[in-house]
Amino acid sequence: MSLAIHTDVKEPAATLSEKMEEKVSVRLLNFYYGAYRALSDINVSLYQNKVTAFIGPSGCGKSTLLRVLNRIYDLYPNQRAEGEVLLDGENILSPKQDLNMLRAKVGMVFQKPTPFPMTIYDNIAFGVRLYDHLAKAELDARVEDALQRAALWDEVKDKLDVSGLSLSGGQQQRLCIARTVAIQPEVILLDEPCSALDPISTAKIEELIDVLKRDYTIAIVTHNMQQAARTSDFTAFMYLGELVEFDETTRIFTNPKQQRTQDYITGRFG
Amino acid sequence: MATALSIGAAAFGLTWLVLILLVLVVKGVGGLSLSVFTEMTPPPGSAGGLLNPIVGSLILTFLAVVIGTPLGILAGTYMAEYGRYSKLTSVVRFINDILLSAPSIVVGLFVYEIMVARMGHFSAWAGSVALAIIVIPVVVRTTEDMLLLVPNTLREASSALGMPQWLVIKNVAYRAARAGMITGVLLAIARITGETAPLLFTALNNQFFSWNLNAPMASLPVVIFQFALSPYEDWQQLAWTGALLITVAVLGLSILARALSSKKVQI
Repeated sequence: MSLAIHTDVKEPAATLSEKMEEKVSVRLLNFYYGAYRALSDINVSLYQNKVTAFIGPSGCGKSTLLRVLNRIYDLYPNQRAEGEVLLDGENILSPKQDLNMLRAKVGMVFQKPTPFPMTIYDNIAFGVRLYDHLAKAELDARVEDALQRAALWDEVKDKLDVSGLSLSGGQQQRLCIARTVAIQPEVILLDEPCSALDPISTAKIEELIDVLKRDYTIAIVTHNMQQAARTSDFTAFMYLGELVEFDETTRIFTNPKQQRTQDYITGRFG
Repeated sequence: MATALSIGAAAFGLTWLVLILLVLVVKGVGGLSLSVFTEMTPPPGSAGGLLNPIVGSLILTFLAVVIGTPLGILAGTYMAEYGRYSKLTSVVRFINDILLSAPSIVVGLFVYEIMVARMGHFSAWAGSVALAIIVIPVVVRTTEDMLLLVPNTLREASSALGMPQWLVIKNVAYRAARAGMITGVLLAIARITGETAPLLFTALNNQFFSWNLNAPMASLPVVIFQFALSPYEDWQQLAWTGALLITVAVLGLSILARALSSKKVQI
């Protein structure tokens, strides 16, 4: 059943993609929750310094796909992935893969803001200390840099020693982004980062994504099609665990090849 | 009707509690004086205090907590973190629940068999071990419960930074569950503060002040037990006072535990 789809899901034929490097390549990925197959033969690529959006109705597997890319699913028994996910050409699904190293390279921001129960400063310094033993001044600089990148510095610079839990939802989410950025990853996975936020915070995070892609390769899962259209260079439409269409965002939203994509983006279902 | 009944039942229960506390305070306060805290337990008919059982109780409780808490926390951590999905965890949880409700006199007899009988004499060590066996299941239970309350999103978020599991537990899960875990230890202390039965077979009693952990040691519950049953009025008075001290200590611990656990909602 999926053959027809696969032919369409090959590399986007766009001029854009030709001069771009594939940072992450997902090849024939299948994912199982116990016996339930949540992803079927997924092929998709994340291009260096580009934003790739994953859209589709709830339960289509887009968050699951994201959770494979840093193997966070490994925390749970009975979840397993088959196939290949290449990061810079190396298969991260290999049992030999060092998970902590992988996650240092592939950062993730979750749907609900998850500040740690510690100060704003420590929320960021905490991850940095795992990898680098910096002098106080350098650590301070790294914390400031991360907060600047997450557009949060001006709001928190005078209260770095208060609990991260005291911030508003939007600030907490930017704190989580800062925390991820601080450990200098190469890829950032955003799993519905704005679904718990108000429109103003959402706008801030979207601006942020635009800035961050200069330095990072970004994948974002979103329920909001305008958000996908606004923030991403590439869009993948997923449905029932299959990747229906993957192409440049402008093409997906103006001239999709698949009827199902067309139906979804025009709001006829989903 | 149901409301009236339940109010009646509550009132009935509370009446007795208030009466007990009232009698305890009235009888106990009469004997309170500085000498209670500065003098040894006296022979019948002479003046004295409760210094040796107070210090003995503090030592025994301290040792029991030092022995029991790390074991309890480690076991609870295994159950909630490393072995959350393993069969062993459900087995351990079941056994722990049995231990939690085991009569303390059985614990006393057990330690008598494995320590007192073999060493040939009663000792503070044996008393501490008996109390530790009571501490462990309480701490295991609260540690596991509190760690299970820590949202998985927090664990995922820290793992997503590339943090090894033991650091996630130490720096994030423990930190989020800290108040509840401390509450568990406090409740365990409150529980053993009034235990008499396990000490009767282990630490026994001592009329004199002693730091020697290999010798019998006095403790408040056992002294109360002995003095309250005696025919001497001054001993009975000291028993009342001792009972009041224990009650106040347990009350204080419970209030502290309550205050801490109300603060833990901060995740």
